[in-house]
Amino acid sequence: MSTPQALLFFGIIAGATILLRFLPFLLFPEDKEIPGYIQYLGKVLPYTVIGMLTVYCLRNTRVLRYPYALPETIAIGLIILLQLWRKNMLLSIGGGTLAYMILIQRVFV
Amino acid sequence: MAREKTVSREIMQNAFLAAFPYTIPVLSGFLVLGFAYGVLMASKGYAFLWAGFASLFVFAGSMQFLAVGMLSEGLEPLSLLLITVMVNARHLFYGFSMLEKFRDTGWMRNYLIFGLCDETYSILCATEAPEGIDRRWFMFFVTALHHLYWVSGSLAGGLIGKALAFNTNGIDFALTALFVVILISQWQGAKDRLPNGIGIAGAVLCRLLFGPERFLLPTMLLILLSVTCLRKPLERRQSR
Repeated sequence: MSTPQALLFFGIIAGATILLRFLPFLLFPEDKEIPGYIQYLGKVLPYTVIGMLTVYCLRNTRVLRYPYALPETIAIGLIILLQLWRKNMLLSIGGGTLAYMILIQRVFV
Repeated sequence: MAREKTVSREIMQNAFLAAFPYTIPVLSGFLVLGFAYGVLMASKGYAFLWAGFASLFVFAGSMQFLAVGMLSEGLEPLSLLLITVMVNARHLFYGFSMLEKFRDTGWMRNYLIFGLCDETYSILCATEAPEGIDRRWFMFFVTALHHLYWVSGSLAGGLIGKALAFNTNGIDFALTALFVVILISQWQGAKDRLPNGIGIAGAVLCRLLFGPERFLLPTMLLILLSVTCLRKPLERRQSR
Protein backbone atom coordinates (compact mmCIF):
# COMPACT_ATOMS: atom_id res chain seq x y z
CA MET A 1 0.00 0.00 0.00
CA SER A 2 1.34 3.48 -0.87
CA THR A 3 1.57 6.16 1.82
CA PRO A 4 -1.57 8.09 0.68
CA GLN A 5 -3.47 4.80 0.52
CA ALA A 6 -2.33 3.86 4.02
CA LEU A 7 -3.34 7.31 5.29
CA LEU A 8 -6.80 6.84 3.76
CA PHE A 9 -6.92 3.32 5.27
CA PHE A 10 -6.41 4.61 8.82
CA GLY A 11 -8.52 7.70 8.09
CA ILE A 12 -11.53 5.51 7.29
CA ILE A 13 -11.09 3.47 10.48
CA ALA A 14 -10.63 6.57 12.64
CA GLY A 15 -13.53 8.40 10.95
CA ALA A 16 -15.99 5.52 11.31
CA THR A 17 -15.00 4.94 14.95
CA ILE A 18 -15.36 8.64 15.81
CA LEU A 19 -18.74 8.78 14.06
CA LEU A 20 -20.02 5.78 16.07
CA ARG A 21 -18.82 7.32 19.32
CA PHE A 22 -20.44 10.68 18.58
CA LEU A 23 -23.71 9.45 17.04
CA PRO A 24 -25.70 9.02 20.30
CA PHE A 25 -24.64 12.50 21.44
CA LEU A 26 -25.55 14.01 18.05
CA LEU A 27 -28.97 12.33 18.14
CA PHE A 28 -29.67 13.54 21.67
CA PRO A 29 -28.00 16.92 22.24
CA GLU A 30 -27.82 18.33 25.78
CA ASP A 31 -30.67 20.80 25.33
CA LYS A 32 -33.09 18.08 24.19
CA GLU A 33 -35.11 15.93 26.57
CA ILE A 34 -33.89 12.33 26.36
CA PRO A 35 -36.80 9.97 25.56
CA GLY A 36 -37.78 7.49 28.28
CA TYR A 37 -36.76 4.47 26.23
CA ILE A 38 -33.25 5.84 25.64
CA GLN A 39 -32.92 6.71 29.35
CA TYR A 40 -33.91 3.14 30.15
CA LEU A 41 -31.30 1.79 27.70
CA GLY A 42 -28.70 4.08 29.29
CA LYS A 43 -29.44 2.53 32.68
CA VAL A 44 -29.60 -1.11 31.71
CA LEU A 45 -26.98 -1.39 28.93
CA PRO A 46 -23.85 -0.94 31.12
CA TYR A 47 -24.74 -4.16 32.94
CA THR A 48 -25.30 -6.13 29.76
CA VAL A 49 -22.20 -4.68 28.06
CA ILE A 50 -19.78 -5.61 30.86
CA GLY A 51 -21.14 -9.16 30.72
CA MET A 52 -20.66 -9.18 26.95
CA LEU A 53 -17.12 -7.75 27.08
CA THR A 54 -16.05 -10.32 29.66
CA VAL A 55 -17.18 -13.09 27.33
CA TYR A 56 -15.55 -11.24 24.41
CA CYS A 57 -12.17 -11.26 26.20
CA LEU A 58 -12.51 -15.01 26.69
CA ARG A 59 -13.69 -15.73 23.12
CA ASN A 60 -10.59 -17.70 22.11
CA THR A 61 -10.49 -19.90 25.21
CA ARG A 62 -10.02 -23.58 24.32
CA VAL A 63 -12.73 -25.43 26.19
CA LEU A 64 -12.88 -28.83 24.48
CA ARG A 65 -9.14 -29.25 23.80
CA TYR A 66 -6.10 -29.06 26.06
CA PRO A 67 -5.82 -27.12 28.41
CA TYR A 68 -9.63 -27.26 28.65
CA ALA A 69 -10.05 -23.63 29.83
CA LEU A 70 -8.24 -24.54 33.06
CA PRO A 71 -5.87 -21.51 33.17
CA GLU A 72 -8.81 -19.13 32.64
CA THR A 73 -11.05 -20.94 35.14
CA ILE A 74 -8.40 -21.02 37.85
CA ALA A 75 -7.35 -17.39 37.32
CA ILE A 76 -10.94 -16.12 37.31
CA GLY A 77 -11.72 -18.22 40.40
CA LEU A 78 -8.78 -16.57 42.14
CA ILE A 79 -9.94 -13.11 41.04
CA ILE A 80 -13.41 -13.78 42.49
CA LEU A 81 -11.94 -15.02 45.80
CA LEU A 82 -9.54 -12.07 46.07
CA GLN A 83 -12.29 -9.60 45.22
CA LEU A 84 -14.73 -11.08 47.76
CA TRP A 85 -12.00 -11.22 50.41
CA ARG A 86 -10.34 -7.82 50.09
CA LYS A 87 -12.46 -5.81 47.62
CA ASN A 88 -9.20 -4.34 46.32
CA MET A 89 -9.38 -3.98 42.54
CA LEU A 90 -5.62 -3.81 42.02
CA LEU A 91 -4.93 -6.86 44.16
CA SER A 92 -7.60 -8.90 42.36
CA ILE A 93 -6.42 -7.88 38.87
CA GLY A 94 -2.71 -8.19 39.69
CA GLY A 95 -3.11 -11.55 41.44
CA GLY A 96 -5.32 -12.97 38.72
CA THR A 97 -3.03 -11.84 35.91
CA LEU A 98 0.11 -13.14 37.61
CA ALA A 99 -1.56 -16.48 38.26
CA TYR A 100 -2.66 -16.70 34.62
CA MET A 101 0.85 -15.89 33.35
CA ILE A 102 2.44 -18.56 35.55
CA LEU A 103 -0.22 -21.07 34.53
CA ILE A 104 0.22 -20.65 30.77
CA GLN A 105 4.01 -20.19 30.88
CA ARG A 106 4.94 -22.92 33.38
CA VAL A 107 2.06 -25.26 34.18
CA PHE A 108 -0.03 -25.74 31.03
CA VAL A 109 2.77 -25.40 28.47
CA MET B 1 -7.00 36.35 38.15
CA ALA B 2 -3.84 34.80 39.59
CA ARG B 3 -5.84 33.41 42.49
CA GLU B 4 -8.41 31.93 40.15
CA LYS B 5 -5.62 30.19 38.29
CA THR B 6 -4.15 28.58 41.40
CA VAL B 7 -7.60 27.44 42.48
CA SER B 8 -8.29 25.73 39.17
CA ARG B 9 -4.81 24.24 39.18
CA GLU B 10 -5.48 22.74 42.56
CA ILE B 11 -8.78 21.29 41.32
CA MET B 12 -6.94 19.74 38.38
CA GLN B 13 -4.18 18.34 40.57
CA ASN B 14 -6.64 16.77 42.99
CA ALA B 15 -8.63 15.27 40.14
CA PHE B 16 -5.46 13.88 38.58
CA LEU B 17 -4.36 12.29 41.85
CA ALA B 18 -7.84 10.84 42.37
CA ALA B 19 -8.08 9.52 38.80
CA PHE B 20 -4.65 7.90 38.55
CA PRO B 21 -5.28 4.88 40.85
CA TYR B 22 -8.38 3.98 38.81
CA THR B 23 -6.26 3.81 35.65
CA ILE B 24 -3.56 1.49 37.05
CA PRO B 25 -5.36 -1.74 36.03
CA VAL B 26 -5.47 -0.47 32.46
CA LEU B 27 -1.87 0.80 32.60
CA SER B 28 -0.20 -2.60 32.34
CA GLY B 29 -2.77 -3.98 29.91
CA PHE B 30 -2.55 -1.03 27.54
CA LEU B 31 1.24 -0.74 27.66
CA VAL B 32 1.58 -4.42 26.81
CA LEU B 33 -1.18 -4.58 24.19
CA GLY B 34 -0.04 -1.26 22.70
CA PHE B 35 3.51 -2.62 22.64
CA ALA B 36 2.32 -5.76 20.85
CA TYR B 37 0.49 -3.56 18.35
CA GLY B 38 3.65 -1.51 17.67
CA VAL B 39 5.69 -4.70 17.16
CA LEU B 40 3.06 -6.13 14.82
CA MET B 41 2.85 -2.95 12.74
CA ALA B 42 6.66 -2.78 12.49
CA SER B 43 6.75 -6.39 11.32
CA LYS B 44 4.45 -5.40 8.45
CA GLY B 45 6.79 -2.58 7.47
CA TYR B 46 4.96 0.29 9.22
CA ALA B 47 7.45 2.16 11.38
CA PHE B 48 6.65 3.28 14.94
CA LEU B 49 5.09 6.60 13.90
CA TRP B 50 2.36 4.73 12.01
CA ALA B 51 1.48 2.70 15.11
CA GLY B 52 1.64 5.84 17.26
CA PHE B 53 -0.64 7.85 14.99
CA ALA B 54 -3.10 4.98 14.55
CA SER B 55 -3.33 4.62 18.34
CA LEU B 56 -3.67 8.39 18.79
CA PHE B 57 -6.47 8.85 16.26
CA VAL B 58 -8.28 5.50 16.23
CA PHE B 59 -7.90 4.52 19.91
CA ALA B 60 -9.85 1.27 19.47
CA GLY B 61 -7.61 -1.71 20.15
CA SER B 62 -9.53 -4.63 18.71
CA MET B 63 -10.16 -2.81 15.42
CA GLN B 64 -6.52 -1.71 15.18
CA PHE B 65 -5.31 -5.31 15.58
CA LEU B 66 -7.85 -6.52 13.05
CA ALA B 67 -6.75 -3.84 10.58
CA VAL B 68 -3.11 -4.99 10.62
CA GLY B 69 -4.12 -8.13 8.78
CA MET B 70 -6.11 -6.10 6.26
CA LEU B 71 -3.16 -3.79 5.51
CA SER B 72 -1.54 -6.42 3.30
CA GLU B 73 -4.79 -7.15 1.46
CA GLY B 74 -4.89 -3.72 -0.16
CA LEU B 75 -7.29 -0.81 0.24
CA GLU B 76 -10.98 -1.59 -0.12
CA PRO B 77 -12.68 1.48 1.36
CA LEU B 78 -16.25 0.19 1.47
CA SER B 79 -15.54 -3.17 3.08
CA LEU B 80 -13.12 -1.48 5.49
CA LEU B 81 -15.86 0.96 6.49
CA LEU B 82 -18.38 -1.86 6.99
CA ILE B 83 -16.01 -3.95 9.08
CA THR B 84 -15.14 -0.95 11.27
CA VAL B 85 -18.83 -0.22 11.85
CA MET B 86 -19.54 -3.86 12.73
CA VAL B 87 -16.57 -4.27 15.08
CA ASN B 88 -17.09 -0.91 16.77
CA ALA B 89 -20.90 -0.77 16.84
CA ARG B 90 -20.77 -1.44 20.60
CA HIS B 91 -19.62 2.17 21.01
CA LEU B 92 -23.20 3.22 20.23
CA PHE B 93 -24.19 1.47 23.46
CA TYR B 94 -21.50 3.32 25.36
CA GLY B 95 -22.73 6.67 24.06
CA PHE B 96 -26.32 5.96 25.06
CA SER B 97 -25.25 5.14 28.62
CA MET B 98 -23.06 8.25 28.91
CA LEU B 99 -25.58 10.84 27.71
CA GLU B 100 -26.37 11.83 31.30
CA LYS B 101 -22.85 11.52 32.69
CA PHE B 102 -21.24 13.73 30.06
CA ARG B 103 -23.78 16.53 30.61
CA ASP B 104 -22.30 19.99 31.32
CA THR B 105 -18.71 18.96 30.67
CA GLY B 106 -18.05 21.98 28.41
CA TRP B 107 -15.04 21.85 26.12
CA MET B 108 -14.02 18.44 27.47
CA ARG B 109 -17.14 16.79 26.13
CA ASN B 110 -15.79 16.21 22.63
CA TYR B 111 -12.61 14.65 23.97
CA LEU B 112 -14.50 12.45 26.46
CA ILE B 113 -16.68 11.16 23.62
CA PHE B 114 -13.69 10.66 21.33
CA GLY B 115 -11.82 8.72 24.01
CA LEU B 116 -14.68 6.40 25.00
CA CYS B 117 -12.96 3.05 24.41
CA ASP B 118 -14.03 -0.19 26.16
CA GLU B 119 -11.80 0.29 29.19
CA THR B 120 -12.52 4.00 29.69
CA TYR B 121 -16.23 3.27 29.36
CA SER B 122 -16.00 0.48 31.93
CA ILE B 123 -14.17 2.62 34.49
CA LEU B 124 -16.40 5.66 33.96
CA CYS B 125 -19.69 3.78 34.19
CA ALA B 126 -18.56 1.81 37.25
CA THR B 127 -17.01 4.74 39.15
CA GLU B 128 -18.14 8.09 40.49
CA ALA B 129 -15.56 10.78 41.19
CA PRO B 130 -14.66 10.61 44.92
CA GLU B 131 -16.15 13.12 47.37
CA GLY B 132 -14.81 16.64 46.83
CA ILE B 133 -13.23 15.86 43.45
CA ASP B 134 -14.32 17.71 40.32
CA ARG B 135 -16.13 15.05 38.28
CA ARG B 136 -15.34 16.69 34.92
CA TRP B 137 -11.58 16.71 35.47
CA PHE B 138 -11.78 13.24 37.00
CA MET B 139 -13.39 11.82 33.83
CA PHE B 140 -10.97 13.82 31.69
CA PHE B 141 -7.89 12.40 33.39
CA VAL B 142 -9.15 8.80 33.33
CA THR B 143 -9.69 9.16 29.57
CA ALA B 144 -6.44 11.02 28.87
CA LEU B 145 -4.28 8.64 30.95
CA HIS B 146 -5.71 5.60 29.16
CA HIS B 147 -5.07 7.34 25.84
CA LEU B 148 -1.50 8.14 26.89
CA TYR B 149 -0.78 4.53 27.96
CA TRP B 150 -2.10 3.19 24.67
CA VAL B 151 -0.10 5.61 22.47
CA SER B 152 3.08 5.20 24.56
CA GLY B 153 2.85 1.41 24.37
CA SER B 154 2.39 1.52 20.59
CA LEU B 155 5.33 3.89 20.09
CA ALA B 156 7.58 1.82 22.35
CA GLY B 157 6.61 -1.41 20.60
CA GLY B 158 7.42 0.07 17.22
CA LEU B 159 10.72 1.49 18.45
CA ILE B 160 12.28 -1.25 20.57
CA GLY B 161 10.16 -4.14 19.39
CA LYS B 162 11.70 -7.50 19.83
CA ALA B 163 14.70 -6.27 21.83
CA LEU B 164 12.65 -6.92 24.97
CA ALA B 165 13.48 -10.38 26.29
CA PHE B 166 11.03 -10.65 29.21
CA ASN B 167 8.32 -13.24 28.61
CA THR B 168 5.11 -11.23 28.67
CA ASN B 169 2.94 -14.10 27.45
CA GLY B 170 -0.46 -13.85 29.10
CA ILE B 171 -0.05 -10.36 30.57
CA ASP B 172 -2.93 -9.13 28.41
CA PHE B 173 -5.14 -11.16 30.75
CA ALA B 174 -5.07 -7.97 32.87
CA LEU B 175 -7.87 -6.59 30.70
CA THR B 176 -9.96 -9.75 31.12
CA ALA B 177 -9.35 -9.47 34.86
CA LEU B 178 -10.49 -5.84 34.80
CA PHE B 179 -13.82 -6.77 33.21
CA VAL B 180 -14.26 -9.68 35.63
CA VAL B 181 -13.72 -7.39 38.63
CA ILE B 182 -16.18 -4.80 37.30
CA LEU B 183 -18.67 -7.60 36.64
CA ILE B 184 -18.32 -8.82 40.24
CA SER B 185 -18.90 -5.36 41.68
CA GLN B 186 -21.90 -4.81 39.38
CA TRP B 187 -23.26 -8.25 40.34
CA GLN B 188 -22.97 -7.44 44.04
CA GLY B 189 -24.26 -3.87 43.81
CA ALA B 190 -27.13 -4.29 41.36
CA LYS B 191 -30.74 -4.41 42.49
CA ASP B 192 -31.33 -6.71 39.59
CA ARG B 193 -28.87 -9.23 38.18
CA LEU B 194 -30.89 -10.00 35.07
CA PRO B 195 -29.14 -7.41 32.81
CA ASN B 196 -25.71 -8.88 33.72
CA GLY B 197 -27.12 -12.32 33.00
CA ILE B 198 -28.58 -11.24 29.65
CA GLY B 199 -25.18 -9.88 28.57
CA ILE B 200 -23.28 -13.02 29.56
CA ALA B 201 -25.83 -15.54 28.27
CA GLY B 202 -26.40 -13.64 25.02
CA ALA B 203 -22.66 -13.42 24.33
CA VAL B 204 -22.01 -17.09 25.16
CA LEU B 205 -24.91 -18.18 22.95
CA CYS B 206 -23.79 -16.03 20.01
CA ARG B 207 -20.15 -17.05 20.46
CA LEU B 208 -21.22 -20.71 20.11
CA LEU B 209 -23.44 -19.97 17.11
CA PHE B 210 -21.30 -17.49 15.17
CA GLY B 211 -17.70 -18.27 16.17
CA PRO B 212 -15.07 -16.04 17.83
CA GLU B 213 -14.67 -13.46 15.04
CA ARG B 214 -18.20 -12.27 14.30
CA PHE B 215 -20.41 -12.76 17.33
CA LEU B 216 -20.43 -9.20 18.75
CA LEU B 217 -23.01 -7.77 16.36
CA PRO B 218 -25.56 -10.59 16.83
CA THR B 219 -24.95 -10.40 20.59
CA MET B 220 -25.77 -6.69 20.60
CA LEU B 221 -28.94 -7.23 18.59
CA LEU B 222 -29.99 -10.02 20.95
CA ILE B 223 -29.29 -7.82 24.00
CA LEU B 224 -31.24 -4.93 22.50
CA LEU B 225 -34.16 -7.21 21.67
CA SER B 226 -34.16 -8.81 25.14
CA VAL B 227 -33.99 -5.59 27.16
CA THR B 228 -36.63 -3.99 24.93
CA CYS B 229 -39.03 -6.91 25.41
CA LEU B 230 -38.28 -7.01 29.14
CA ARG B 231 -38.58 -3.25 29.70
CA LYS B 232 -41.77 -3.38 31.78
CA PRO B 233 -40.68 -6.10 34.25
CA LEU B 234 -37.10 -4.75 34.46
CA GLU B 235 -38.27 -1.22 35.25
CA ARG B 236 -40.71 -2.54 37.83
CA ARG B 237 -37.94 -4.52 39.53
CA GLN B 238 -35.59 -1.51 39.40
CA SER B 239 -38.03 0.76 41.20
CA ARG B 240 -38.85 -1.75 43.91
